[in-house]
Amino acid sequence: MDFQDYQGVWVFIEEKDGAVASVSLELLGAGRKLADKRGVELAGVIIGEHIKHLSKTIFEYGADIAYVYDDPIFKNYRTESYMKALLDCSAKHKPEIILYGATSTGKDLASAVATDLPTGLTADTTELDVEEDTGLLLASRPAFGGNIMATILCKKYRPQMATVRAKVMKALPPEPGREGRIVEESILLREEDIRTKVLEIVKETTKKVRIDEADIIVAGGKGLGSAEGFQLVHQLAETLGGAVGASRDVVEAGWIEHAHQIGQTGVTVTPKIYIALGISGAIQHIVGMKNSGLIIAINNDPEAPIFESCHYGIVGDAFEIVPMLIEQLSEVMSREGVSHV
Amino acid sequence: MSEKFDAIVVGAGPAGISCAHDLAKGGAHVLLLERGEYPGSKNVMGGVLYRKMMEDIIPEFYKEAPLERPIVEQKFMMMDKESAVTFSYKGMEWGKEPYNNFTVLRAKFDQWFADKAVQQGAILINETVVLECIVENGKVVGVRTDRPNGDVYADVVVLADGVNSLLAQSLGFHKEYRPDEVALATMEILKLDKKVIEDRFNLEDNQGCTIELFGDATKGILGTGFLYTNKDTLSIGVGTLLSGLIKHKIKPYELLEYVKSHPMIRTLIQGSEPQEYLAHLIPEGGYHSMGRIVGDGVIVIGDASQLVNAIHREGSNLAMTSGRLAAETILLAKEAGDFTEKTLDHYRVRLLDGFVGQDMKKYKDSTHHFDQNPHYFDQYIPMLNRAASQMFTVDGQSKWEKQKKIWKDLGSPKEKMKMARDMYRAWKVVK
Amino acid sequence: MLHIVACIKQVPDTKVIKMNPKTNTMDRRTAPAILNPYDAHAVEEAVRLRERYGGKVSVLTMGPPPAVKAIKKCIEIGADEGYLITDRRFAGADTLATSYALTKALNKISKENPVDLIICGKMSIDGDTGQVGPGIARRLDIPPLTSVNKVVEINKEEKKAIVHRKLEDGYEVVQSTLPCLFSVEKTINEVPYAPFPNMLKAAKYNPYIWSVDDLEDVDIKQLGLKGSPTIVSKVWAPPKPEGGTMLEGNRQEQVEQLLSILLKKKELFTIKGES
Ligand SMILES: Cc1cc2nc3c(=O)[nH]c(=O)nc-3n(C[C@H](O)[C@H](O)[C@H](O)COP(=O)(O)OP(=O)(O)OC[C@H]3O[C@@H](n4cnc5c(N)ncnc54)[C@H](O)[C@@H]3O)c2cc1C
Ligand SMILES: Cc1cc2nc3c(=O)[nH]c(=O)nc-3n(C[C@H](O)[C@H](O)[C@H](O)COP(=O)(O)OP(=O)(O)OC[C@H]3O[C@@H](n4cnc5c(N)ncnc54)[C@H](O)[C@@H]3O)c2cc1C
Ligand SMILES: Nc1ncnc2c1ncn2[C@@H]1O[C@H](COP(=O)(O)O)[C@@H](O)[C@H]1O
Repeated sequence: MDFQDYQGVWVFIEEKDGAVASVSLELLGAGRKLADKRGVELAGVIIGEHIKHLSKTIFEYGADIAYVYDDPIFKNYRTESYMKALLDCSAKHKPEIILYGATSTGKDLASAVATDLPTGLTADTTELDVEEDTGLLLASRPAFGGNIMATILCKKYRPQMATVRAKVMKALPPEPGREGRIVEESILLREEDIRTKVLEIVKETTKKVRIDEADIIVAGGKGLGSAEGFQLVHQLAETLGGAVGASRDVVEAGWIEHAHQIGQTGVTVTPKIYIALGISGAIQHIVGMKNSGLIIAINNDPEAPIFESCHYGIVGDAFEIVPMLIEQLSEVMSREGVSHV
Repeated sequence: MSEKFDAIVVGAGPAGISCAHDLAKGGAHVLLLERGEYPGSKNVMGGVLYRKMMEDIIPEFYKEAPLERPIVEQKFMMMDKESAVTFSYKGMEWGKEPYNNFTVLRAKFDQWFADKAVQQGAILINETVVLECIVENGKVVGVRTDRPNGDVYADVVVLADGVNSLLAQSLGFHKEYRPDEVALATMEILKLDKKVIEDRFNLEDNQGCTIELFGDATKGILGTGFLYTNKDTLSIGVGTLLSGLIKHKIKPYELLEYVKSHPMIRTLIQGSEPQEYLAHLIPEGGYHSMGRIVGDGVIVIGDASQLVNAIHREGSNLAMTSGRLAAETILLAKEAGDFTEKTLDHYRVRLLDGFVGQDMKKYKDSTHHFDQNPHYFDQYIPMLNRAASQMFTVDGQSKWEKQKKIWKDLGSPKEKMKMARDMYRAWKVVK
Repeated sequence: MLHIVACIKQVPDTKVIKMNPKTNTMDRRTAPAILNPYDAHAVEEAVRLRERYGGKVSVLTMGPPPAVKAIKKCIEIGADEGYLITDRRFAGADTLATSYALTKALNKISKENPVDLIICGKMSIDGDTGQVGPGIARRLDIPPLTSVNKVVEINKEEKKAIVHRKLEDGYEVVQSTLPCLFSVEKTINEVPYAPFPNMLKAAKYNPYIWSVDDLEDVDIKQLGLKGSPTIVSKVWAPPKPEGGTMLEGNRQEQVEQLLSILLKKKELFTIKGES
């Protein structure tokens, strides 16, 4: 394998509701940095049906090239068809790096592609860098074993691949009118050759917890002691009109559903205000909330690592402080007429 | 219906494992049931394991068992608020094979021990709670577990379910213990660097020490505290009669915190990190509290039959011996094809004739005596401390003068008489 | 008669291991090993499909010898047979090398009794990648179906399977040819308390244990550390963030400071109530 043949940074572009998914825009931001450091081009690979127009968006967000596979066969995501397109593209244009969102689609696709290429794949990356001279991708993620990060390399294979968590990278501000090169690609795939068929797509009508979109999140940890104690989080969230988040230990204890879990194995959130009650601040939790606008932590252990990742902290019993806070907040809010709908 | 066993042993503590081990070794088809995730997962013990009784089951076990440290020094600390009189014995002969006793961590030791029983052919099932004995025509014929399709049958059921044995209780073998028949012990395992432990306790590699704490360790409540050295942890705990805790309205963990911050102890555990917190009951009623231990198709062993020598903090050894004797009895019964109480009574006789029974009888009045006479703990120990302080403080007074003061401190002639009487009585109950 | 193989893994129980936040080390000494929670659901689903369609459930794991315990756990859940592949040459495998080794074992199992369906957990709580399942599927050239949270139908005669795949905002109904591979969500089922006869079977059960030499057509270079394209180059503590301002004073003062900090952003309070 001649590494010289492999050039360029790629992002697998996911489509959501007819537009580029936000995780893909974030990856373009991260990919742009890597490409600039290496002095190479940044490309997006767009696969789907009627998706050519997405190229415009990705150019505005930093891509130089759009590889486009536009075909009815790509109407719904299917591992086999998408994988074949990506393998085809990779074989033709030989990228040095391919990034995917760590979404269910991104992970599914990346795992399959990595096996066929074959190459190494780092999952759930939260930090990316590249060695300027060698092009070695430095993909880092929280590692099992506590508050540590591991940097994972793939020295002997190209392309190098990683899935990257949503909301940890930053999209660049769009540059309207920025242009790039569209490369239309196609492969011969017959519907009969694809072994899976999507029979139906069902959108869940029940209101989903979308803590990843909330402006205010009050999150609680194991320190609240019990499911009853955890009600404190709901109370403060209600007062502020915010959403409720939780650490993994709380979810495992069954105090709240998994959809509320923040962190490495839950959702990444970036609210404007994040309040942590009784959360110790393990790295797996921190990676899921560290980019929040204002982080406030209340914990009775002065040594709790959460205090290193917050903007303001109070050492003390949440059961003492929070009720006081709720009381005074409600008072101010009713006096000043600030009330949530 | 699932298969039938020769014996079902309920509870994989030292008693149950010993019994299952020897039964399997003797060729019996034996099932060992444990409610914990694995043997030892729920078990609490300060941690002194006695070599002799263990060797009766597995010779030279110390060559492979996960032991912490062989004990070379045993200390006894009579504590007052800011002082202590310490008595100790250290002997190098204890540091060599075959050793005298060891500190152990039950979570590791019990697992290893249970593996040994499994290797002999016992079938071990964890995470399964025995709800009750199945009794037919007045005879125990099996057990009901909490699992679906959970009834299992055997010729004999051995109850080794530990202190307060609810199973023996529901058979009417004993009543629920009174608060003055059980002690509640709380303990912590504290992580501390191996080297620091050795320096601090004056030990070499593979040497350990035990410190028993009396007096202010329990704020004068009848009971004791302990501090034992493990490989790279310390076990510290206090145990007091439940009745004492109730009377003094003190929570067990408060007592533990108190000991940990005591000036005589604080420095020994400084810089350590709590790793585990455990609480457990210890049967301390002694011989008088022992209920029935044999019935048709059933035998009770270990803590379940109140076999603990409170004075010498022995329990696991009595448990093992009782387990071994129960196995011996069941193998005889199997040969005879008779599992009635009459045959199984062999166990009771052997137990009471042996050291277990002798010791239980010897100390039969001790707990009760000390419980009725709290001044041993809340008066005499402080007195002893004052006496020592007088004697050893060099302040220009003659030793003669000092002795006089100490004598005066012992109180009026009447009080002195009482004390002499108490000392004699104490000696009588434990002699 | 279906032959279903569940791939399972033994992992350290992260709920129990507590980290020392000061030294960033974990006390592995006391870390109990458990069956990867996701895999318990994989095995349970296999058992339910066997009850529905008849057949046999085997479990397969690659790991050190104590992983026999995890296999026994699966027998408790209701699996019929267990296979452990264990060899020092497997050690240090990343997801690519893991899927390679497991595929070789699956080939061997298949020779005896052809495999119709493979079920994996969504992810392992230590490796935490979810890559092994799809990797196996690709190597066997069968369709991988990830995020499965309901099995609608398996039809061996027609060689088809219909499942629900969880999506971010709902699910899709997918039909696949058989054999195929599922990675299942935890929500797919609940693992019930095992009945006593299963416990008894598990206590006595001895799984098949194979080393590299028991497998066929193995390219040693693709195993273990050697066969792993990814390497952990360094493990580091993230640079300590600056740390925040600690609010001092008595409780009342602390709460007042907090209140004024929050009130600076009070425009946010109003909007969120309805969502
Ligand atoms: C592979 C892997 C993935 C993981 N993924 C995630 C993830 O996605 N999200 C996640 O959160 N975790 C995750 N974890 C778990 C993580 O390592 C921690 O174990 C977890 O975050 C700890 O949860 P906690 O802070 O609620 O509990 P604890 O660590 O038990 O902390 C409780 C805190 O509350 C404090 N406290 C106690 N009482 C009070 C009181 N009255 N008032 C105020 N404070 C009090 C205590 O001092 C302590 O600091 C993962 C772990 C692994 C190995
Ligand atoms: C703090 C403390 C310090 C001690 N220090 C010492 C010491 O230094 N040296 C010493 O020799 N002794 C000591 N002891 C006493 C010793 O721990 C006990 O005497 C010994 O453990 C008794 O063994 P056992 O097998 O009878 O009971 P246990 O060890 O209590 O075992 C009973 C087992 O039965 C299981 N079980 C209970 N109910 C059920 C059920 N319904 N179904 C299934 N399983 C069940 C339990 O989970 C447990 O594993 C100490 C005790 C305590 C509490
Ligand atoms: N060593 C292994 N042996 C068997 N199956 C495994 C192994 N590692 C992972 N798996 C399977 O692959 C799934 C995903 O694991 P991972 O890719 O490590 O997150 C697990 O839930 C298992 O079903």
